Amino acid sequence: MSRTYELFIGPNHPGIPGNFSVKLELEGDTVVSAKGDPGYLHRAFEKSMENRYYIQNLALIPRICVPEPDINEAAYAMAVEDLMGVEIPERAKYLRTIVLEMARIAAYLFWMGGFAATLGLYTLSQWTVGDRDYALDLFAELCGVRVYHMYIWPGGVRRDAPPGWEDEVLAYVRYLRDKLIDYDNIFFKNVMFKQRTRGVAVITKEQAIEWCATGPILKATGVAQDVRKDDPYAAYEYIDFEIPTLTDGDSWARAMIRRWEFENSLNIIEQAIKKMPKKGPVWTKMPNPLKWRVPKGEAYAKVESARGEHGFYMVSDGTERPYRVAVRGSSHTHMFTIAERLLVGQRLADVSHILVSLDICPPEFDR
Amino acid sequence: MNIKEYENGSFLKPLASIKYLFKKPHTLRYPYEEKPVPDRFRGLHINDVDKCIGCGNCRDICPCAAITMVDPSDIHPIDKNKVGANPVRPKIDYGRCSFCALCVEMCPTGSLKMSKDLIYVSPDADSFNWVPLVEQGREEGYTQSDEITPLMLEAEKMEELEPDVRKKTFEEIVKGFTREQALKEAMRCLGCGICMQGCPAHMKIPEYIQAIFDEDNKRSVKYMLEDNVLPGICGRICTHRCQDACVYNYRGEPVLIMWLKRYATDQLESYKDVEIEKMPPTGKKVAIIGGGPSGLSCAYHLTTMGHSVTIFEKGQRAGGALANGIPMYRLPIYELDKEIKHIEDMGVEIRLNTEVGKDVSFEELLENYDAVYIGVGLSFGRYIKLKGEEHPDVIQAIKFLRQVKVEGRREIARRVIVIGGGNVAMDVARTVVRLQQMAYGGEGTMVQTVSLEDWDIMPASKEEIDGALEEGVIFNPGWGPNQVLLDENGKIRGLEVKKVKYVFDENHRFNPAFYEDQKKVLEGDYIVEAVGQMYDLSFIPKELLDKLEFTPRRKIKVDEYGETTIPGVFAGGDLVETSRGDAISAIANGHRAAIGIDRYLRSKK
Repeated sequence: MSRTYELFIGPNHPGIPGNFSVKLELEGDTVVSAKGDPGYLHRAFEKSMENRYYIQNLALIPRICVPEPDINEAAYAMAVEDLMGVEIPERAKYLRTIVLEMARIAAYLFWMGGFAATLGLYTLSQWTVGDRDYALDLFAELCGVRVYHMYIWPGGVRRDAPPGWEDEVLAYVRYLRDKLIDYDNIFFKNVMFKQRTRGVAVITKEQAIEWCATGPILKATGVAQDVRKDDPYAAYEYIDFEIPTLTDGDSWARAMIRRWEFENSLNIIEQAIKKMPKKGPVWTKMPNPLKWRVPKGEAYAKVESARGEHGFYMVSDGTERPYRVAVRGSSHTHMFTIAERLLVGQRLADVSHILVSLDICPPEFDR
Repeated sequence: MNIKEYENGSFLKPLASIKYLFKKPHTLRYPYEEKPVPDRFRGLHINDVDKCIGCGNCRDICPCAAITMVDPSDIHPIDKNKVGANPVRPKIDYGRCSFCALCVEMCPTGSLKMSKDLIYVSPDADSFNWVPLVEQGREEGYTQSDEITPLMLEAEKMEELEPDVRKKTFEEIVKGFTREQALKEAMRCLGCGICMQGCPAHMKIPEYIQAIFDEDNKRSVKYMLEDNVLPGICGRICTHRCQDACVYNYRGEPVLIMWLKRYATDQLESYKDVEIEKMPPTGKKVAIIGGGPSGLSCAYHLTTMGHSVTIFEKGQRAGGALANGIPMYRLPIYELDKEIKHIEDMGVEIRLNTEVGKDVSFEELLENYDAVYIGVGLSFGRYIKLKGEEHPDVIQAIKFLRQVKVEGRREIARRVIVIGGGNVAMDVARTVVRLQQMAYGGEGTMVQTVSLEDWDIMPASKEEIDGALEEGVIFNPGWGPNQVLLDENGKIRGLEVKKVKYVFDENHRFNPAFYEDQKKVLEGDYIVEAVGQMYDLSFIPKELLDKLEFTPRRKIKVDEYGETTIPGVFAGGDLVETSRGDAISAIANGHRAAIGIDRYLRSKK
């Protein structure tokens, strides 16, 4: 007769990616069942948005995702632009692309640190989190703040890049290229990493599709799906890049896809800066924020975040405030459809790194 | 990336990290080492409290409700009586602020900015809430940009008739907004209400502009009629002090409030569908002397308060200066008829061609009515006591304008001189241009004005001066009339003028002085004097007139409710001190007198 016990991980557990918890039922150190337990972060963002002017939501939406706030701004702005039928200036498209890719880089640097830490390799955490800070400094130069940028807004972006900013970004890209060699040496080519992750928590292509996986999880099973290619937004249609895929579907493959995407982002930034018009408007004039009425209708705008497809569904009833805004966070399916199944049968020691390999970001399902 | 390189892990590669032992760390040793702060940094706020007008747009846009408007007097004294400003300033709760800088973007004066400083430490949670000031010594960070601003700084362009077209006709010059233009212009309004301080009648401007934006013109006109009985007229000829007070003036063009008002009233063929609350009849009777804007305003508001009102108008039309003075190209007569019809529909009785003192005596009014309101205005032209003034070809502006507008005068001399630099002089000059075009096709004609004031202090509004210049009026600013010159046949051949030394003396009083040696002659056959008007109170019997007190500037002395020193007799319009000589202030003090009369009647048994 077997005996099972319940273990409660989170919300302040070092091995959990954010403020939420997982209830595990264990037999020995093997997981019998897992249940996500959100609610620690709930701030009624979606409901609050219905009571605010369109522009006021700008202060709210970046807070849906801390490591990568710009995806929310971009998707929100795109949804509003879609409803209003506004085309944004060329230079604004490129600036959005650069900002979104910088945010992706910052998010991956943060993720690398977190993932290595769950495997006990803390050195990489020190490096990547330190290097991420330089990205935040560049953001501060561009828009005045480090984390919640509130830079992309309906109609374009809030300010043009300050003189010399593009060169600083290029220098940062070169710096990261050099650092990537060190990251590889200490982590991605490290035998410890390989031993802990290869063959762990495998998702097949069929399962990934059935479970609505997006982003790196789906790419790690061999499906080349990416919003930037399939439904290009910002300036991605002018940019040449490949979608990386692997077929293993395990924890290792997911990590390697992210490492690959990181390198891709560096290339995209370089290309975008090269192709960006040197001068020109960065904003299409929008109405007075206090009397900003968006035509009746509904729109869904999506972007490719570091974790997968991130979208805003917006319904307007023709007034100054949105009738309904719903956020599609990719972590929702990754936690409740995938992780709850995937953790079954795994060892307790692997739970943390499996959750981080799925890059579950609690604010995306717990807003 | 070649994935093959990564498939087999290595034991030795991680050892490469040893080189980091000899590298400089990322971290800075604060406070010995400081990080440079970018120029656009969004830190704690700075507010130039003297420049700030307390309009509250920062509070309205704040997504976090972090801003409250408070009186900052205890930490920084402000001018509380400043017109066009509220005596409050933003106080920011840093427990709520999200540093989004929308308040900075929305600041119409540009006084609110963010600083490069984000460090504030205190064990007291309540202290994180203060009025930002310049004196706090923070360095300027994120500021407004004129290219990228959510404020709509540019006004819609109003279509006007071209000078060559308009000077041939008395057709209205301004075409009025289209629906799209009106909605766009109404959208610009921030709803702060600073404009209401500029308006003498304190009209509910943000409310009626919001109603126009909501495409509910009836509601809009309802708001207008609450304080102004002649909105369609004020939408055309108002001196629009509201626009001068508009917060957009600091960084852009003001909201065109006047044209919006005109748009809303033009959309309604009549005001009979506008729901106006009327109080039950009181049985009290009020006589109003003079059917000008102040009399109409007073009568209308008294009617809504339940009193029965009779207006005694000596002319053949009600409307005073609006009917007799303002030329057709600025105010078409049908617009006036529409608004007067509405006043009559409300129950006001207007007795035309009835002059008090001739057809009916002032004592009779005092006897038969419970209260009397005097709103006769300044209906006589002022003379300048010029040598040769008594010549038949020298005419008063007010008489000339009445002849043209009411009596249909069309004959005019070829060369006309207009004396005066005010709006009435512009009206005369531009009317003369039209008459000359009609009579002679503009051939060999000339209109020139001569005014004591130079360009910088000319009392006429800029629009009027520009309009007159475009229509070919010649200006002689800074010259004073000396005498009328006659030829051998006794006809006028010109006006001799002398150079003005100054118009206002050191006490800022009107006291012009001239260089007697600098003279020139302006050629002309006809002279119109537009140097101001005066009132005639001769209809009031001597014993009552003696009881009536006057102010030092020879205006009737009234209390705050418009009551004169004779009980039950009220006065308003241009007869009292609060008038600025425009329609809207007459309407405003007519309304104020109506409130006073109502108060007087209700306190009397």
